[in-house]
Amino acid sequence: MNRLQQLFEKQQKGLLSIYYTAGYPNLNDTLKIADTLEQSGADFLEIGFPYSDPVADGPVIQASSKEALDNGMTLPILFEQLKDLRQRVTIPILLMGYVNVVLQYGVEAFCQKCQEVGVDGCIIPDLPMYEYEEMYQAIFEKYELSNIFLVTPQTSEERIRKIDGLSNAFIYLVSSAATTGGNLSISESSAAYFKRIADMQLKNPFVIGFGISNKETFDAASQYANGAIIGSAFVKNVDANNLEGSIKDFMRQFKS
Amino acid sequence: MNYFVDERGYYGDFGGAYIPEMLYPNVEELRQKYQAVIDDEQFQQEFKALLKDYVGRPSPLYLAKRLSEKYGANIFLKREDLNHTGAHKINNTIGQILLAEKLGKKRIIAETGAGQHGVATATVCALRGLECVVYMGEVDIKRQAPNVARMKMLGAKVVPATSGSKTLKDATNEAMRDWIANPVDTHYIIGSVVGPHPYPDMVAQFQSIISFETKKQLKEQTGSELADYVLACVGGGSNAMGMFYHFIDDENVQLIAIEAAGKGVSSGFSAATTTLGKEGVLHGSRSILMQTEDGQVVEPHSVSAGLDYPGIGPQHAHLFKTGRGLYASITDDEALQAGLLLTQYEGIIPAIESAHALAYLEKMDFKGGENVVVCLSGRGDKDMETYMKYFNL
Ligand SMILES: Cc1ncc(COP(=O)(O)O)c(C=O)c1O
Repeated sequence: MNRLQQLFEKQQKGLLSIYYTAGYPNLNDTLKIADTLEQSGADFLEIGFPYSDPVADGPVIQASSKEALDNGMTLPILFEQLKDLRQRVTIPILLMGYVNVVLQYGVEAFCQKCQEVGVDGCIIPDLPMYEYEEMYQAIFEKYELSNIFLVTPQTSEERIRKIDGLSNAFIYLVSSAATTGGNLSISESSAAYFKRIADMQLKNPFVIGFGISNKETFDAASQYANGAIIGSAFVKNVDANNLEGSIKDFMRQFKS
Repeated sequence: MNYFVDERGYYGDFGGAYIPEMLYPNVEELRQKYQAVIDDEQFQQEFKALLKDYVGRPSPLYLAKRLSEKYGANIFLKREDLNHTGAHKINNTIGQILLAEKLGKKRIIAETGAGQHGVATATVCALRGLECVVYMGEVDIKRQAPNVARMKMLGAKVVPATSGSKTLKDATNEAMRDWIANPVDTHYIIGSVVGPHPYPDMVAQFQSIISFETKKQLKEQTGSELADYVLACVGGGSNAMGMFYHFIDDENVQLIAIEAAGKGVSSGFSAATTTLGKEGVLHGSRSILMQTEDGQVVEPHSVSAGLDYPGIGPQHAHLFKTGRGLYASITDDEALQAGLLLTQYEGIIPAIESAHALAYLEKMDFKGGENVVVCLSGRGDKDMETYMKYFNL
């Protein structure tokens, strides 16, 4: 069992996950941010490795990705930074990014490196289920890396069942038809969507993301799921001149 | 060897549908329905009638006599420049707007670089009374003001893409984001043989009218439906795929695709994808693209906005890798000179994109008497400013 699977085994409710882009605001902030987030109460993290053409992302993460690339961030540099990850951080870590970057690094080399530095899973939104199953599942499993799939309000029940079968950590529920960074309001239709998923009695736990921006939306989403993921709202609040302080300030709202 | 798409949506190693889950239902709906819709008799009737009466097809296959004398071969020009709106792009937008109607879509989105595909999309939306939103890089909006005005006059909303390099690839990203946010009522008309399966195949089928007509016209004019050489320029590759389509299985016909070398393949300002690119994923399909070691997409350069794209369609990647097609490149200077040459030899001002294909004639050795077809994908009206500056007209 990797750390991610252990976490979900241990804790079933109210898990708080934070996404941030590696290399932003400064090239070498990656571990410091992870460390500060763990101290401030995050349960697990998604570290984004930047891509020039992030189609699933809204303006905030597009901008942080571009800045990270301008700062010189690459996947080899990220892995170098993560060498000391497990000396400093104990919570589960996922890497999140686009498939072309992984393909150029080499899928097997990527998975191997993830295991070596202590990464537990990854989210590659444009890696389709078919290709994962046909070409990469065996490699991911060899290195005990959990691949996280997304589900949206339009995903059919049959496909959700298939995703559930291929998943071994959690399923990422995209809150609405949108790119990252929107504003979630739990309308009747999204509540119905979350309930519909809950009623399916999936074998995997699920976590809600996209548009979760503060305590209020986090609590609302957590009612229906095992937890929720905050991305754009966190990235927007990171202040390069007061890195630790700005992170702690942002995280304070979730303590109570 | 199979050069066409298989049931998985692949051409050999290339193709597929590398899309986020948010786009899956839209793309899957298309995948399930496109072939049945296209094969439907009523659809075919409507499609053909519009191509004939609205676009002005068949486009002539013109034997360019003075050019033929110069090169010592029979140079035929497939006159896509005479289509309504001035390029081959409209063959595809007519097909896709009819398809969108059959799928019950109410709103059309598109990306555009030079504005040719945007104009072709805005045109068919006006024709059918559908809402139209065109994404265009902020940089391109400034470079292509006349086409922006045409789209607006046609009733389209032109939205500037302000992310990344603010050009065609970013406009494509923005269109995809729009589609993610509007999964039910919107159809995305992609302008070339790129994107996730089934787009490359669907666009190729709509453009295949080019080679379908060419074969008939060659038969009438030469007695044989085959040519020795078939040439076309490649941005994403839709005019080339349309020009090659019905010749692909005739292995004696040499297919030549011409990419934009920009200021030279090793200048750092180029769009010669097969020379400079590596295999990877761009805009939803596995293909060949210009990228850094780290897999970041590299910004291309070409004097012709229509060829200024860092990838090629997956079927082209397959034709390249298998050796079925020859992929060459032509510089900005060579293309502009070829544009002037055609103008002064034949009285036809070509689009600078098409001029890349014409320029390759200079590099060929003819024994004499070969039949050569060049796809004249568009007319040069949109490029007059570039020609004027370059030649001090
Ligand atoms: C006249 C003309 N030719 C060629 C192209 C390149 O597109 P494709 O490679 O899809 O034919 C364009 C694109 O705008 C164009 O306008």
